[in-house]
Amino acid sequence: MSAPTKNAAPATGGQLATFRLDGDLYGVEVEHVQEVLKSQGLTRVPLAPPAVAGLINLRGQVVTAIELRERLGRPPRPEGTDAVVIVVRLHGEAVSLLVDSIADVVDVDAADFEAPPDTLEGQARELIRGAYKLDGKLLLALDVQKAVSA
Amino acid sequence: MDGLDDIVEEFLVESHENLDQLDADLVALEQEPDSRERLSSIFRTIHTIKGTSGFLAFNRLEEVTHVGENLLSRLRDGELTLTPRRTSVLLSMVDTVRDLLASIEANGGEGSVDVAAVVAAITAAMDREAEPAPAATPVASVADGTPDGGKVPARSAAKAPARKTPARKAPAARKSAAPVKTASARKAVAAAEPTVPDPAAAATPLLEEAAVVPQSVVADTVGGSIDAAAPAEGDGEHGPASDGPGGPRRAVADSTIRVDVDLLDELMLLVGELVLTRNQIVQYVGRTNDTDLIRASQRLNLIASELQEGVMKTRMQPIDHIWSKLPRVVRDLGIQCGKTVRLEMEGKDTELDKTLLEAVKDPLTHLVRNSVDHGIEAPDKRRAAGKPAEGVLTLRARHESGQVVVEVADDGAGIDPAKVGAKAVERGLVTAEALTRMGPQDILQMIFLPGFSTAAAVTNVSGRGVGMDVVKTNIEAIGGTIEVESEPGRGTVCRLRIPLTLAIVPALTVECAGDRYAIPQISLQELVSLDAEKAANAVEEVGGAPVYRLRGELLPLVRLTDVLGLSSDRHDGHVVIAVLRSEGRRFGLVVDRVINTEEIVVKAVGGQLKAIGLYSGATVLGDGTVALILDVQALARRALRTETIERGQEAAREAAARAAAGGDADRQRMLLAAIGGGRRVAIPLDTVTRLEQVRAESVEKVGNREVVQYRGAILPMVRLDRHLGAYGEADRDVLEVIVYSDHGRSVAIVVEEILDIVDGGTAVRSDIDDMGLLGSAVLGDKVTELLDVRAAILAADPAFYSAPFDAAAAQGVRTDLLEV
Repeated sequence: MSAPTKNAAPATGGQLATFRLDGDLYGVEVEHVQEVLKSQGLTRVPLAPPAVAGLINLRGQVVTAIELRERLGRPPRPEGTDAVVIVVRLHGEAVSLLVDSIADVVDVDAADFEAPPDTLEGQARELIRGAYKLDGKLLLALDVQKAVSA
Repeated sequence: MDGLDDIVEEFLVESHENLDQLDADLVALEQEPDSRERLSSIFRTIHTIKGTSGFLAFNRLEEVTHVGENLLSRLRDGELTLTPRRTSVLLSMVDTVRDLLASIEANGGEGSVDVAAVVAAITAAMDREAEPAPAATPVASVADGTPDGGKVPARSAAKAPARKTPARKAPAARKSAAPVKTASARKAVAAAEPTVPDPAAAATPLLEEAAVVPQSVVADTVGGSIDAAAPAEGDGEHGPASDGPGGPRRAVADSTIRVDVDLLDELMLLVGELVLTRNQIVQYVGRTNDTDLIRASQRLNLIASELQEGVMKTRMQPIDHIWSKLPRVVRDLGIQCGKTVRLEMEGKDTELDKTLLEAVKDPLTHLVRNSVDHGIEAPDKRRAAGKPAEGVLTLRARHESGQVVVEVADDGAGIDPAKVGAKAVERGLVTAEALTRMGPQDILQMIFLPGFSTAAAVTNVSGRGVGMDVVKTNIEAIGGTIEVESEPGRGTVCRLRIPLTLAIVPALTVECAGDRYAIPQISLQELVSLDAEKAANAVEEVGGAPVYRLRGELLPLVRLTDVLGLSSDRHDGHVVIAVLRSEGRRFGLVVDRVINTEEIVVKAVGGQLKAIGLYSGATVLGDGTVALILDVQALARRALRTETIERGQEAAREAAARAAAGGDADRQRMLLAAIGGGRRVAIPLDTVTRLEQVRAESVEKVGNREVVQYRGAILPMVRLDRHLGAYGEADRDVLEVIVYSDHGRSVAIVVEEILDIVDGGTAVRSDIDDMGLLGSAVLGDKVTELLDVRAAILAADPAFYSAPFDAAAAQGVRTDLLEV
């Protein structure tokens, strides 16, 4: 069933910082996460790719914010709800992801990992490494690297 | 001479520092005599001093360091081992070097410092094969006071390299004997302790003259030289203590210190953050009424500015640092190309940031090479062109409104826009059709296009081009701009504009569609603000492209909202234009509002945003929000190119439409003016020479006619309202005047207000007319009267058309006056 796909990263265990987006639970490797912030004032960037929500001022650093809903092909966040900002650090550069809400840090077991179902389509398939089958729910492992290269 | 003084000063500063290091190194070396690394470092230091002193013709200094270097090189190569005695000799050498430097600094010359003894001591120290044992022997020999004359010459004969220098120095040793005595009281003690006799011994037999030197002098000099050596024998720690003779440290060395550039970079970063925080605080405090707080923030403001300036200054270096290498480049290349080129430099002292200086070096060298290679012609060609055979290449640098302007100018053949254009078409960089619409200035800038500059292009076309795109890229990478001006036959000027510093940039913050953007001041020329009423007239269209007449020149307008794909939130009709310059062209960027000018700290943006190619970075503004920094060059390239194309297409379409309509449709451009009483008059634009404003009190009377002095002549006036029987406001301070000139005669037509310029071609006309009118038409949705210009002019100057055509202006006026 778990036919190995070429981008299925080794299903390692470890800790994932989890967050919610449009009803689903996602996780990113905890070591990539620098910090989590409340919604920030965004400066929009005209002509930028649609997934670039804008720029935020992170204590004097200018950090690009990626709207993960857009990136994953989900509908825009409902009016009146604020995004939560997850700042990730990749290759020394800080990038932030806008998500709906932050959840726990979860220990995952490689044994629970499975490649993304074949029915998963579109952009999302590129960005999701696979799913961990937790009790009563699925935790989707996000490929941060790809997610930020909007 | 100035230049030399600078070099000497630099040399002194450098050497003093190096010597301090040497003292420490030498002593440390005693603890670990095998440290090759330390020895090498000492060797290098001495070698450097030797090299520079030779260059500056400080012969004694060179001599001392030369023997020192010999000894060190043997130590380094393991031929000799370091013994306390050798260390002592080296330390005494350092002292002597220091004395020499002190003398150079005080009197500009080596003065009376004696070196023969030290040289001899070092030479002797090199001779020793087995160190500890012989050490006893000399002690003995000195004790008798008779140097071992037989042995020494033999040894020194073997010392071919060391020989020459001491020989040369011997007279100096003699001459300096007396002054050295001043220090000899102490030295005598040292001399009495017979430690290192060899110096004297070696010196004496080596040179015939030296043999004549009185014994007492030898004792003195030897004492001087081994002053340090004596205590050092006991223990290495005496070494540094012995540098007493070094005397008071010079002002030059004291007044400068060397600082790691990284440290300065870090300071600059911190200052940048401080400036941002300052901006923030000043902004917050502006909203309170707490006077103490306001005062404190004002002080903070001031101090932060001064600090910023101070830190910036620490990184400043004169441009001469990179220019100094160019004379050689020019000379060599000139010879290679068979050209004689004189290099002139203006503004050598102009300072800019070290990092920028480094970044400018290669592009500048490139431009200079290009000028010599392709700009300046061969001598015979120059003579044929009536120019002196020697070409002149001028480098100019100056500060100009917060930037450094560097020019590379030659008096060569110049660049022929036609050839550049042809080449660009051939290379497919521009279509032949587009080329016809480009001004010569625009065409010249194409030499910076990638793809234009290839080796083939250079040799075949009129000239320069190798890597001009690279030059441009490099200059733009540091936030600078480059443009080229050329006059065929007269020469070419490449002008670089470089920001003073990279980290903190003065910028104009503007608002567009609710967001703020920063425009670096370097590209900004001026700001034009038009209220709704004015804007309606002042912003015209040329074939669909908006333009503004800036002091008579058409300024193409680019709406920032259009470029960014946003819609403006300004609906009151005001137009704010930031006049920007890029690549030698000017254009007006229409923004919603100008906020203020602010010092901004440039922050890099992520890769996704760089790819857009419109933003050079981002910054954090005073209130903490992020603002994008507009890349003016990219903006110009994007906006102006596409606009040129669009305009071209539109022009073509129009031409086609006109052709279809069957030829010369009556498309006259009309100037619309109000004359009071709600009446509007249209005046054919081709009868308008200038629009002027005249103060009412400057209107004078000649008989019953009104005249005004204008450009040294008397200008008859006609008030259109009276002429046409409309009565507007009688008393206005400033009169709007339309000047019409023909054959040296001018008249002024006074209107109430200039309204617009419209296309008269499509207007609905009627022949309802009145005195002074040709008829009326609907222009801009309103009925407008068409002025009978001839009648109006005759009303002002009845002789206007009848005056002889060849009459000069003054003459004409005079007749006029006589007539009246």
